[in-house]
Amino acid sequence: MSDPIVKISGLNKWYGEFHVLRDIDLEVKKGERIVICGPSGSGKSTLIRCINALEEFQEGEIVVDGIELGPNLKHVDAVRREVGMVFQSFNLFPHLTVLDNCTLAPIWVRNIPKRDAEATAMKFLERVKIPHQANKFPGQMSGGQQQRVAIARALTMNPKVMLFDEPTSALDPEMVKEVLDTMVDLAEEGMTMLVVTHEMGFAREVANRVVFMDAGQIIEANTPNEFFAAPQHARTKLFLSQILR
Amino acid sequence: MTDITSSTFVRRNLLTERPAPVKTTGFVGLMRTRLFNSPTNILLTIVGALLLWFTIIPSVRFLLVDAVWAGTDRTACLTENAGFVVGACWPYIQAKLPQLIYGFYPEAERWRVNLTLFLAAALLVPLLVPRLPSKGLNAGLFFFAFPVVAFFLLHGGGISGFGLSWTAGILQLFDDSIIGAGQVLLNLSKTSAMAPLLWVIGNLVVLVGTAIYWLIFPLTSLRDQLQGTGQSVWADFAITAVIVSLIAFVLGGGVRTGWRALASSFATFVAIAIVIKLMGLDHGGLPIVQTGLWGGLLVTLVVSVTGIVTSLPIGIALALGRRSTIPLIRIFSIAFIEFWRGVPLITVLFFATYMLPLFLPGNFTVDGLVRALVGIALFTGAYQAENVRGGLAAIPRGQGEAAAALGLSWWKTTSLIVLPQALRHVIPNLVNSFISLFKDTSLVSIVALFDLLGSLRASFSDPKWSTPSTAFTGFAFAGIIYFLFCFGMSRYSLFVEHRLNAHRRT
Ligand SMILES: Nc1ncnc2c1ncn2[C@@H]1O[C@H](COP(=O)(O)OP(=O)(O)OP(=O)(O)O)[C@@H](O)[C@H]1O
Ligand SMILES: [Mg+2]
Repeated sequence: MSDPIVKISGLNKWYGEFHVLRDIDLEVKKGERIVICGPSGSGKSTLIRCINALEEFQEGEIVVDGIELGPNLKHVDAVRREVGMVFQSFNLFPHLTVLDNCTLAPIWVRNIPKRDAEATAMKFLERVKIPHQANKFPGQMSGGQQQRVAIARALTMNPKVMLFDEPTSALDPEMVKEVLDTMVDLAEEGMTMLVVTHEMGFAREVANRVVFMDAGQIIEANTPNEFFAAPQHARTKLFLSQILR
Repeated sequence: MTDITSSTFVRRNLLTERPAPVKTTGFVGLMRTRLFNSPTNILLTIVGALLLWFTIIPSVRFLLVDAVWAGTDRTACLTENAGFVVGACWPYIQAKLPQLIYGFYPEAERWRVNLTLFLAAALLVPLLVPRLPSKGLNAGLFFFAFPVVAFFLLHGGGISGFGLSWTAGILQLFDDSIIGAGQVLLNLSKTSAMAPLLWVIGNLVVLVGTAIYWLIFPLTSLRDQLQGTGQSVWADFAITAVIVSLIAFVLGGGVRTGWRALASSFATFVAIAIVIKLMGLDHGGLPIVQTGLWGGLLVTLVVSVTGIVTSLPIGIALALGRRSTIPLIRIFSIAFIEFWRGVPLITVLFFATYMLPLFLPGNFTVDGLVRALVGIALFTGAYQAENVRGGLAAIPRGQGEAAAALGLSWWKTTSLIVLPQALRHVIPNLVNSFISLFKDTSLVSIVALFDLLGSLRASFSDPKWSTPSTAFTGFAFAGIIYFLFCFGMSRYSLFVEHRLNAHRRT
């Protein structure tokens, strides 16, 4: 249980002249739940997008489940097969039904027969509690339902790590809970999760560690209790005072 | 208290329906609410009615009422014989119909055109009806098998070899041109100022060419061996079938999962063999009908269907190329698109027909119709590229990212996620280009190809049918034909658009 499944070391990234990520070191153990928070523009999204190679980086190394992802992104495909991602804006495929959204990658990436892929997809749709809507198009569903489909879609690939980039920020308040509940269920089943979110309740309840980022650096990382009760850094205190007001 | 109850009105029994006091439905209602409801609308209604009056009435009179329906030559359509001012002279169309459909295609061979048109319809109609099954096979037959069959049906002729000979031929042509280029360089080096450099490069190129010659030597010599035997086509066919089937088997996953690929490869070759046998391609095939003899609706359909079917893939490839991150591909695509968009189609056709032969080596000729086809396909392809690009631009970046995060490769993301959405967005624009392509095919008549309009104009000069209304009748007929095809495409595209955009209706 204690070997790191994601290991980020000496990660540096620039957008042109702008140094977005500065010397990031982070180890995530199998089954660990990490919440990443920090002010807007601090590089949270960029960091987790580096883990599945949606962004390239200039220096450092990321190892996911023993697969090495250097600056030249050699093992992109292998890494992406192990890592699932949920986006702020859902990014479901609007021209495909919910079921087809969930079977596309298993069929075309893992070469699983259609029938098996559909059975698996239905299993995950049941887990996120929307099996009845399998034949609807994403555009016919509420935001909360869409985001749960997006979670199911990522799970159909049996990822070892799940990345969440502000999964509830685009949702109306009453739908936030249904998505968070799904994520809590997932955490209880032992999924390794990296979650960028401002839902501090979720962080308290689920996270093993809370990581605070500012200006492209990890400034503080601690257990939720310590993090909220006794923040070390002045920047962290300011952030918490703003967000927990 | 009491006055509240007394002033509250409670209906005890329901009222029956009453007709509206002012009529709002039916014809009178329509008149009142839509046509004559304000002074401006009254004016517009009157103007519109007058316009209709002045266009519809004369058209109907010309086409139907004052038309002559029977006759054997021009005399039937002359005013003095008919006894009234003659409108359309339909016997003329009737007499010229074969020419308008087949051009100068020999009468005895016209069944081949009919068969081709029938095959096209038999394959196209099921493809267009969404409810019918096995679209993949159907599309494969229409887009790959049909063009080949149609070529041998319409043009005639046979084959003297198969895959092996063709591969050998293409490689040899390629190799010959490399060696040729090397020799040109060597010749230049005798006179040029940069002689040593050219000499070195020339020798290098010739060396490469010679190396390739020896590399492909086994293939070419095998081909020559086969040509010697009596059954060259079938021997070559068998070898090709075995090689291709083996490749399919291995690519399909070998012993584990390759059996399906092997079976479909086998089935395909059996089908090809049957076609070859049926059409007698192995011993000369059908009598050759030169494309110069083709004409009328046949040419219009051949040009437009080929243009439509080939321009879309060209357009998609160019549009994707234009967004490529590889500079060479991007620059090529942009240059290509802008070049073809910058020249008028007439220029393209003229160039393809009269200038291209001057540039090609003497023994290398391309059929006139093919030249026009290629010109039109590339021209329309460039326009379709811009249409497709518009659709690609409308796809949010998140779509590609989500697909990538799921592990889909660039090709799969493009073909499963991006293109299906992009093309749906631009169906109206694509079909718009198809319709204008269909009408632009009439331009081929300026490069000595007789399409529907060309054949029509040729028929005007027949003294047997020269009457005052011949030209009007002919153009009216051509107009109706063009309209039917274009209107059909337009309606079908609306239907498809509606169906494919089901996901946008919530
Ligand atoms: N493609 C890009 N080109 C240039 N700069 C970028 C690009 N993407 C992001 N940035 C910059 O990088 C910084 C970090 O962006 P990032 O999206 O990681 O922030 P974030 O912490 O996720 O913020 P938010 O909470 O607003 O999502 C920001 O200052 C942003 O302006
Ligand atoms: Mg972000």
